[in-house]
Parts: sequence; C-alpha cells; structure tokens
Amino acid sequence: MKCQYCEKPATFHITELIGPDGPQVMHLCEEHARTFLAKESTSPSASIAGALAKQLKLTGKPSAETEQKECPVCGISFFEFRNTGRLGCPYDYTHFDTELEPLLVNIHDAAEHKGKHPRRAPVSADSQATLIQLRREMEEAIEREDYERASEIRDRIRELEETGNR
Amino acid sequence: MQRDQTFDELAGRCGEWLKGTGPESDIVISSRIRLARNLADFPFIRRCSDEDRLSIERTIRARLDKIPELNEVRYIDVEELSEVDRQFLVERQLISRELADSDGARGVAIDPAEQFSVMVNEEDHLRIQVMHSGLDLENAWQQINRLDDLIESTITYAYHPKYGYLTACPTNVGTGLRVSVMMHLPALVITRQIDKVFRSLQKISVTVRGLYGEGSQYTGDFYQVSNQITLGKTEVELMQQVSEVVPLLIDYERRARQFLVEQSEKDLHDDVSRALGILCTAKKISSEETMHYLSKVRMGVNLGLIDEVAVNIINKLFIHTQPAHLQKLRGKLLGSSDRNIERANYLHQHLSDPGKRESDLN
Repeated sequence: MKCQYCEKPATFHITELIGPDGPQVMHLCEEHARTFLAKESTSPSASIAGALAKQLKLTGKPSAETEQKECPVCGISFFEFRNTGRLGCPYDYTHFDTELEPLLVNIHDAAEHKGKHPRRAPVSADSQATLIQLRREMEEAIEREDYERASEIRDRIRELEETGNR
Repeated sequence: MQRDQTFDELAGRCGEWLKGTGPESDIVISSRIRLARNLADFPFIRRCSDEDRLSIERTIRARLDKIPELNEVRYIDVEELSEVDRQFLVERQLISRELADSDGARGVAIDPAEQFSVMVNEEDHLRIQVMHSGLDLENAWQQINRLDDLIESTITYAYHPKYGYLTACPTNVGTGLRVSVMMHLPALVITRQIDKVFRSLQKISVTVRGLYGEGSQYTGDFYQVSNQITLGKTEVELMQQVSEVVPLLIDYERRARQFLVEQSEKDLHDDVSRALGILCTAKKISSEETMHYLSKVRMGVNLGLIDEVAVNIINKLFIHTQPAHLQKLRGKLLGSSDRNIERANYLHQHLSDPGKRESDLN
C-alpha cells in the first residue's frame, strides 16, 4: 500500500478517532507520519501502530552510527527497523537493547516483562542465534555455488538442531 | 479430508462465537484473545528466505500433529487457496487480512468448532487465537493459556528474560497478548455519543478498531475494544484493563437504547421495522447497505421490537452476506453486481419465510 500523500510505501496506519467526520484511517510513509503526528501532537493517536509512530517521532533521528548498526545474526540495520517498524530476528532485542529500551518504555510505559514464561528449560539463546546465522551463511554459500562449505554448514546445523530438540 | 469439502461444510454453518449465547450477547458479539509467538531459531518473517518460511511451516505442522489434544484440528495451506477461499477465512475471522494477502509458505490450523485457530507465518511465526461468544474473557484466557502450554511443550519459543516473548513488532513484545472484545453499539452511533465515549477510552490504555481489525472501517456499528500495551503487565492484568471498560460501554449502550425508546418508541419501532422490510424485499443490495440495516434489525430484536427473527440468524447473516461467503454458499464466482442480486435473494430467503427461520435455528 502506498502513502496517501506520496509514492513511498505506507508503513504507518494511524486511526484518528477525533476527526470532524468520525474515525478515519490514515496510511502514511514515515516522513508523512512524522509530519502528521507533529501537527496532531495534542490529540493522542489511538491505534497501536500510532503508538510506535509517535515514539519514533519523539526519539528523533538517531545518529548515522546508530542507523548503520547491524545485527550480526540476521543482518538488519537499525535504519531498516525504523523504516519498517519490524525487527529481523529474536537476537535484535539483545543487539539493539540500548536503542530499543527507550522505545519500549514509550510504547508500553514499561521495559520489563511480567507474566507468563515458557515452562521448558530454555535452550541457550546463543545456540538459537547461531542457528539463524548458520542458515543464512548456508544460503549465501549455495548462492556463490560453494557447495562444499554449504554441506559443512548443513551438518553443523543438524548437529545443533538435534541438541536443541533433546 | 478434501479441502473443498472442508470449505463447503464450513460455509453452511457458523462458528461457536457467532451463536449469540454467551454473557451480554445482546451487545457483546465475541471475546477474542490472541498470543504472538516465534520460534527461537529462525529469523522473524520479514527477514526469512523462502526456505526458512517452508522450514518454519513444516516444523510447526509436524509439532502440532504430535499433540494428541489437537488431533481434531485441520490444517489449511493458505498459499494453495484461491483468492475467494482466503477472503472467506478472513470474513469468518479465522485468519487476518495480512495472512490472506501475503506471499510464501503460510497456513492456519482450525478447530472444528472454530473456537480457536493457529496462524502460521503471519507477522509472527505463530498467532494463536481463541474466540468465544459474548463476554467470556476468563474462559477464553484459560483455553488459550492451555493451548499455548501444549504448543510450547513441543516448540522452543523466542523468549528473553527481560523482554518476555519476542515478536517481530515491538508493540507486541512481552506477553504477545491482544484481547479484543467485539461490541455492537448502534444506539451510541445513532445518538452521536460514540466519539465522545471512545475519546475517554484513550486515557485508559484501550484501543478501538473496526470489525476486521486495525485499519478496517467501522461497518455495521461493530467496534473492537483491545488492550494497547503488551509489556510490563501480566496477561490477567491486561485482560482486566479491557474487562473493566466493557461493562461501562455496555451500560452506555443500554442507556442510549433506553433513551431512544423513551424519546419515541414509535419512531424507533418504525425505523427498525423498515430496515427489516428493506432486507426482506430488496432486489439488489450491497454488502455495506446490508450491514447497515442488519445492525438496526439486530437492535430491534434485542429490544423486543421485532420478534419474528432470532438474533442468531441476524448474527449469521452479517457473515454469510459478505462477498466470499455469498460466493461459497452459491457455489460460484460472482461479480459485484451479481453478488448484490444474490445477496438480496439470500436475505429474502432467510428472513421472509418463518418456516425457514425455524429450521435455521438448528
């Protein structure tokens, strides 16, 4: 879906409840979402995506260094996350911890989970992240037709998966 | 079981949540809870390769198959479905529009009573959903909590000691819980109080969306009330936030209905009866117009102004007159103009013949 004001993809879908004609849904790119929210700062946006958009506005544009920071596991940059509003893998919450925490506080008014947790003994987060990384490396090896390397990685993946399932 | 049989069978009946039997069901249509979960050893969906998506789907299907309590569940490969079949599942609230419209390996596991479904490869790897008729959050929570435990016994979820269950979008992290109570609020719309009521809700961390989720239009005077945050409160606390607001809305709606009756019962009676008249006798009618009049008739039935139609029939008609349902029930693809004619026929058939109405109660 395109932004209703320009050709860029709409990544923010904001439900405005207090319009003159009743509730209205806006589909906006990040730039227009910022402009819209800056203008409407007196009326809190009610939608969930709106909460995220509002937060991105509040935090302002991060430094170029932060923008370029990449997750070593899935390869997503902080810039890509800010553009799409979606993270790349579970490890992002560890890798971008410093950047994400203030954002989470603004969205949820909290930064620590309360409530249910998995009953199973947790498998080490490192080995899970390694699996994601290895699968990516395997695909890259296949792409450059390095099948020997790909099969080595595949064996390593199987080994790890079996440990994880035990 | 063959896919087509599954769909034809689904089309003819309606899910548990539509029966209109739960508490406060004159105003509360359904109570829905969903949990967002991800596998620990795969990237989130947007970052997945085609192979990743396939592996995730295969893994989840295989693990769900291993759970004896879920052996009645049917898995539907959404990627394989025609557009009208996907739309059909959206109209039935079994899958989201996002799952219907995206690409790649994805699917949904559905229980025969349609009380729960598990979407695979939506925005998160797993979206577990439970839906009950009327205001019944507590039972819905117990059911989904148990389902989550069953699935978790075979799958390692992405979980962080500080941030809880990890999700692709940070707005869902923590509990991954979204509670949605779908309410029918026609009198608040007629008396133009609805905006005022919802403005007051924003102050208490509750958000309001249309019939088909975020970004959908508020058609048929249906509104979904949901929790806005997911982190820092327990599942039960989040549920309480919503269940504290719902009775207030019920009360406002009842008072608005009472006001309309007191102000001029004759006018209201006339209005809802005319709505029924149009639905029974129109020769072509759009989906939007149908929703508009069904909403009035539903309120008329609940206020005892219309006694010749049962409320569960009206509930069913809201869904069965949607474009994909109409095409499945008629067994053929229809263009918009033909659908309007078929919709009018369908309404006439189900609303004008008292014998038919009786048999539909089963």
